[in-house]
Amino acid sequence: MRVLYPFIAVLALIVVAFLGGKVTGLQYLLGVVLPYLAFGVFIVGFVNRVIQWAKSPVPFRIPTTCGQAKSLSWIKQDRLDCPHNKLEVAARMFLEIVLFRSLFRNTKAEIHDGPKLVYGSSKFLWLFALLFHYSFLVIVLRHLRLFTEPIPFFVPLIELADGILQIGAPRLYQTDMIFLAALAFLFLRRVMLRQIRYISLPADYFPLFLIFAIGVTGLLMRYYYRVDIAAVKMITAGLASFSPTLPEGIHPIFFIHVTLVCTLMIYFPFSKLMHMGGVFLSPTRNMSNNNRVVRHINPWNDPAIKPHSYAAYEDEFREFMKGADIPVEKE
Amino acid sequence: MTGAIPKQDWMDVPAIFREGNFCYPAKKSIVEYHKFPNPREWSPDQDDWKLPEGWEDIILKGLKERLDKFRSLKLFMDICVRCGACADKCHFFLGTGDPKNMPVLRAELLRSVYRNDFTTAGKLLGKMAGGRPMTIGVLKEWFMYAYQCTECRRCSVFCPYGIDTAEVTMMLRELLHLVGVGTNWILEPAANSNRTGNHMGLQPHTFKDNIGYLCDDIETITGVKITPTFNRKGAEILFITPSADVFAEPGIYTAMGYLLLFEHLGLDYTWSTYASEGGNFGLFTSNEMMKKLNAKQYAEAKRLGVKWILGGECGHMWRVLHQYMDTMNGPADFLEVPKSPITNTVFDNAASTKMIHISEFTADLIKNNKLKIDPTRNAHRIPTWHDSCNTARGMGLMDEPRYILDNVVPKWYEMPENTIREKTFCCGSGTGLNTGEIMELRMRSGLPRANAVKHVEEKFGVNTLACVCAIDRATLSALMDYWNPNVKVCGLSELVGNSLIMDGEKERETDLRFEPLVGMEG
Repeated sequence: MRVLYPFIAVLALIVVAFLGGKVTGLQYLLGVVLPYLAFGVFIVGFVNRVIQWAKSPVPFRIPTTCGQAKSLSWIKQDRLDCPHNKLEVAARMFLEIVLFRSLFRNTKAEIHDGPKLVYGSSKFLWLFALLFHYSFLVIVLRHLRLFTEPIPFFVPLIELADGILQIGAPRLYQTDMIFLAALAFLFLRRVMLRQIRYISLPADYFPLFLIFAIGVTGLLMRYYYRVDIAAVKMITAGLASFSPTLPEGIHPIFFIHVTLVCTLMIYFPFSKLMHMGGVFLSPTRNMSNNNRVVRHINPWNDPAIKPHSYAAYEDEFREFMKGADIPVEKE
Repeated sequence: MTGAIPKQDWMDVPAIFREGNFCYPAKKSIVEYHKFPNPREWSPDQDDWKLPEGWEDIILKGLKERLDKFRSLKLFMDICVRCGACADKCHFFLGTGDPKNMPVLRAELLRSVYRNDFTTAGKLLGKMAGGRPMTIGVLKEWFMYAYQCTECRRCSVFCPYGIDTAEVTMMLRELLHLVGVGTNWILEPAANSNRTGNHMGLQPHTFKDNIGYLCDDIETITGVKITPTFNRKGAEILFITPSADVFAEPGIYTAMGYLLLFEHLGLDYTWSTYASEGGNFGLFTSNEMMKKLNAKQYAEAKRLGVKWILGGECGHMWRVLHQYMDTMNGPADFLEVPKSPITNTVFDNAASTKMIHISEFTADLIKNNKLKIDPTRNAHRIPTWHDSCNTARGMGLMDEPRYILDNVVPKWYEMPENTIREKTFCCGSGTGLNTGEIMELRMRSGLPRANAVKHVEEKFGVNTLACVCAIDRATLSALMDYWNPNVKVCGLSELVGNSLIMDGEKERETDLRFEPLVGMEG
């Protein structure tokens, strides 16, 4: 059910888009109205979510210290894993965001006879997560060709590098293959590993199916149906310049692809995909471990909370204290 | 441990309480003392938990309030992708095999309710979006699994977003207290800490007497007479350590180590009977309780007019002192930046909080050759080093203790790399779980730590597990008795104290535990 429902949902989207792509009245809805709507929802939703997070204060400085702190002058500080200042935090965050450093630490626990617990390195999740995210990024950047005029200088460079193997015509992009392979890995991992299958929700499978379908429809458009690229560019450029046009005779696969992408954009701000924005705000990673050097301020710190006072303590135990020669304030 | 996974969806597996799998609930009188809501006689293994009218709303309101107060909570509710990197990092999961002890699923217990009531997707799609309403079953689950987490943060090290289950567990426990669901092993010591200054409930004269007994033992062993002061105004340094060091084995040997060290230095310091507890039971009760109990330390430092505070060996204590104290109860502008009167080293790393860790203090002394040390006195000990979760993952205190170990014992060995430093395994009984009624659970959750100790015991003949945490000293002792009975647990300062060559000492025949030194066995 957890796997099936999201799968059916994505199939339904494809069917709706296919039928819509064939009916002229709905083409305008799918090719023009929906993209604007989706883009709007994505931007507003994303920004709103980040603002919602930012509205809640960070009352305490709680970095996870993953290495030696700055201490005595002759003790070597682990500047990346236990940052003491903003620069070191920036370096830690950079590696976290660009290289998924924490995930790189991943290990796998196994129990052998004994019982003996052993921990082996487990870098596959890190590797495929990295491959997936970077392929996705490259693919998104390549799509800029359709929305910009003049095309940014880096787009042709990316295309050149991405098609370097020179397979087929139109040239095969490696990222397309890596993208689908990595998605397949992430999906298979979820269904094969018992523990991961147990924790997975429909909300975990839905984006996987959706993004996979986006990849497949994109590939079909480029390599199989050879959709009229000039017509597509007219549509996308029209969207980008706010003067939308819809040429006749566009293949339905284009509408399926666009509908799925729009669904992803609409779904994004309301889902776990917001880790894209959230990772920047994580207090256990983006704070310096300089707690005893610089006082962190908590906006809702309650000054009314006082300790049980010494006076009350002495009142209760004064005679005992005097008997034990412990100094007292009042005789 | 078999790795079997239940056949039903996790939302359909109820939490079932039976004698031995839950901590006893807080007594009515204790709940009343704290002025916490809903004091009553009840037990988790009964069906009726006697919750107040409209308890669901109390919980949801409490959750909303906390979402607005803690960015960490709000963020961690939203961004988890359930990748499972944290799953086998938790000692409770490794020890029990219960899938709800995977950090991700422990958080989902709360996240599901959050989704159902606070998110668009959850409101629209309910269970399809992984949401579920707040029911008594959910509450019981929370109680079970919020007290099968020691807030050790090991999962946070491996999470790609740094999601910290400790934050989630803290919130769960706070929410449970709102409807009168708490454990006695935490709330009673918290009440004691508040009233008597320490969790043991030691009254001032008893506290002083106990330290007196330790001094008598020191005199018997070394021939050196030590007379520490209590609540002395005008002392340069206030020394605060967990009260278990004054009262319980093997902590008392650590306390003897402190006493010897300070005597060795001629340090101008005082103990306090009013602030006689470093450990903070508020850390795993609520942030308000944490602040209230912690506030005594600055209050006492101010009253006595000391220059700075020196803290003993304790994990929870140091998590609070390092990450919360200054924020909650600072600024400590009546104190000075800690400066060692022996070496003149200024501890800039505590410039604001003005409190330093005994390992920082001692490491600096050794580095500057201020201690007369004979490491061979610890030759009967072959230690390994246990990084306590709070000092390792909440402070970054890792190499100071190791440097001290290098100097006070002839030889010591590290446990495997995936079980030390930031990847260290918790003792399994922190955050108030070191209570007798859940012993099986504790032996399970401590297995990863015990297993790593066993490894170095078999490989190198390790017979001592050294640490800088009072809870560790208590809980690891039980854990070693069960898993590795030949390994003894000790505090680092015990090893320091035992190795010190004191002025005017007699010939030493035994260590601080009256065990014969090497060559003195006859």
